[in-house]
Amino acid sequence: MLSIKNLHASIGGNEILKGISLEVKAGEVHAIMGPNGSGKSTLSKVLAGREEYEVTAGSVEYLGKNLLDFSPEDRAREGIFLAFQYPVEIPGVTNIMFLRTALNEIRKYHGKEPLEGPEFLKLVREKTKILDLDDSLLKRPVNEGFSGGEKKRNEIFQMAVLEPKLAILDETDSGLDIDALRAVSDGINKLKNKDNGIIMVTHYQRLLDYIVPDFVHVLLNGKIVKSGTRELALELEEKGYDWIREEQKEEVV
Amino acid sequence: MNEIEQFTKSEYKYGFSTDIEQEMAPKGLSEDTVRFISAKKNEPQWMLDYRLKAYRHWLTMKVPTWQNVHYPQIDFQDIYYYAAPKVKPKLNSLDEVDPELLDTFKKLGIPLEEQKLLANVAVDAVFDSVSVTTTFKEALKEKGVIFCSFSEAVREHSELIKQYMGSVVPYTDNYYAALNAAVFSDGSFVYIPKGVRCPMELSTYFRINAENTGQFERTLIIADDGAYVSYLEGCTAPKRDENQLHAAVVELITNENAEIKYSTVQNWYAGDENGKGGIYNFVTKRGICKGNNSKISWTQVETGSAITWKYPSCILKGDNSIGEFYSVAVTNNAQQADTGTKMIHLGRNTKSTIVSKGISAGRGNQTYRGLVKVSKAAENARNHSQCDSLLIGDKCGAHTFPYFEISNPSAKIEHEATTSKIGDDQLFYCQSRGISAEEAVSLIVNGYCKDVFKELPMEFAMEATKLLSISLEGSVG
Ligand SMILES: Nc1ncnc2c1ncn2[C@@H]1O[C@H](COP(=O)(O)OP(=O)(O)OP(=O)(O)O)[C@@H](O)[C@H]1O
Ligand SMILES: [Mg+2]
Repeated sequence: MLSIKNLHASIGGNEILKGISLEVKAGEVHAIMGPNGSGKSTLSKVLAGREEYEVTAGSVEYLGKNLLDFSPEDRAREGIFLAFQYPVEIPGVTNIMFLRTALNEIRKYHGKEPLEGPEFLKLVREKTKILDLDDSLLKRPVNEGFSGGEKKRNEIFQMAVLEPKLAILDETDSGLDIDALRAVSDGINKLKNKDNGIIMVTHYQRLLDYIVPDFVHVLLNGKIVKSGTRELALELEEKGYDWIREEQKEEVV
Repeated sequence: MNEIEQFTKSEYKYGFSTDIEQEMAPKGLSEDTVRFISAKKNEPQWMLDYRLKAYRHWLTMKVPTWQNVHYPQIDFQDIYYYAAPKVKPKLNSLDEVDPELLDTFKKLGIPLEEQKLLANVAVDAVFDSVSVTTTFKEALKEKGVIFCSFSEAVREHSELIKQYMGSVVPYTDNYYAALNAAVFSDGSFVYIPKGVRCPMELSTYFRINAENTGQFERTLIIADDGAYVSYLEGCTAPKRDENQLHAAVVELITNENAEIKYSTVQNWYAGDENGKGGIYNFVTKRGICKGNNSKISWTQVETGSAITWKYPSCILKGDNSIGEFYSVAVTNNAQQADTGTKMIHLGRNTKSTIVSKGISAGRGNQTYRGLVKVSKAAENARNHSQCDSLLIGDKCGAHTFPYFEISNPSAKIEHEATTSKIGDDQLFYCQSRGISAEEAVSLIVNGYCKDVFKELPMEFAMEATKLLSISLEGSVG
């Protein structure tokens, strides 16, 4: 469903993504790991359409369309969802109001009637239960004063309501306590089906115990330098990234 | 251009001007100008004397400079102080109003034919220096409610005018109040007799049309014992490259158990993107809760004007009286605003509430300035102030100057202030959920203003919501 070819992106003249290629098929879960500053969040945001990054080369095809042609909101309406590493606070708009607006914008795009009142609330209730989310968070402004973990949980809650086709989860596991990690993983697993793709950015292989990836990729200095299966994550956990850096150097030599 | 910038660009849709034959006073200000205006309005001698006293006092005053706004010095000799559409001397019905004028108000969304108006709103339409017509006068008369132009009130209700005019805002109050008292042109007068609940909303629609002309209107509203009235003013002006001065005075008086709810939707032309043109809106608004258990609420939605300078205030003289101030002020592009309120607690158990929501976008700059004063005799005064600023983009500014002068230790004063920002991060977050940048701004802004909008009469709350979206359109992009 997603095909990234030789993607280059820069900001302020600094090249951050230096030729990324990645294929995600429907039903697959891909984990992306890599040291701090290697470009994982940049890749996520470029896919979601953040305009401050300039795509200088390469292509991204999503469900047969050129993704880079779409505005960020249309990418969302086409089924792409980014769970932010650092979710943003939106002043003055309650979480529930925000979500209803988002859901109905997406529905409108697909020519569907808006979901109002009781129907919408029913959907919300269902999803809060799955994520074990406190009702009071719904009435508060989006992410305002939320704890780190609450923000992450709220991201997955939004995902559960919006039901995207391709979810990009940027370090959704960091900052979660053990129970929250389980709740969030449950939420993600519920979304998983043969038609949907998931890209998970993480530093910890622990998350992969809950959500088992089909592929694990290592992003280093703006490039995917190694791909493998689950086992690669275990190896990284054990040995860190230095051996991959060494391998890279040898290749260059 | 970044996202935020694009969003703040939009067209002012009331910017047309009406081509109509005008009668003007000679340009500039002198005793002769004052006499000219007074004569045009067939005023009695006492009114002219009052104007002249104010004019002479004004000559001794200096332009105030303490506000946090910047503009070139105003040349008071380069302004016309009176402009009126040429009409037949007396208007008995709407049939005699110039069709050009009816058309103008229709274009502004204010049809003056009674059958087309909202059934529960009476309108006084003021065009430059004169009131064009007042609707539903007869229906109001049945209840004893007086709702007419100020000029008419001077002639027909002189006892009330003499008693109350200048009793809340004396001409010595400030520079622009003195100027207004000297050259005020028209405005509305409202008197609600004892025990009457005004059966409909009253509203005045102010339209500046003539070029290089100042508008100096005066509004006086009196609610006698146990009376209630809800009053709304709206304002627009054509797009012109020159700045125009609007210096109004509004006085409200509530006697025992009376209540006045005064709402403003101000949408004067704000000038263009680069700050060229637009209205200087320098206004003195003040109400006095004279009687016990009386109440005055100011609600304002200020989206227009190049510069806004106003502090609708309440003097809480009666015991248990209540003063409220709810404000949304928007400054976009090069607009500036220095606005807020004063709550003066004099009586016992008096209560005031201040909710101020400032929104700055573009290079807009605004200041909240508020004073809560509790006098020695004001036992058990209560005040709650909430002053929030919302910044859209990173080229705008907001400042908050709350002042407190508390002379009675029993006072309970609470003050909260917040500043929030909408930047590209917030917008991208909304977009990544399928909400476009424009919708995101309107969602955020309306959520942010809901505590104020809920104070507006229903029809106008919707109007204000729309207006806000329009004035911020193009503020992101
Ligand atoms: N707006 C920006 N301006 C300048 N540099 C940026 C910007 N955004 C990202 N970068 C740089 O790009 C590089 C990659 O950043 P990115 O956030 O993608 O890393 P990451 O892999 O997600 O790291 P982490 O594991 O710490 O989250 C970093 O060196 C970062 O400083
Ligand atoms: Mg990151």
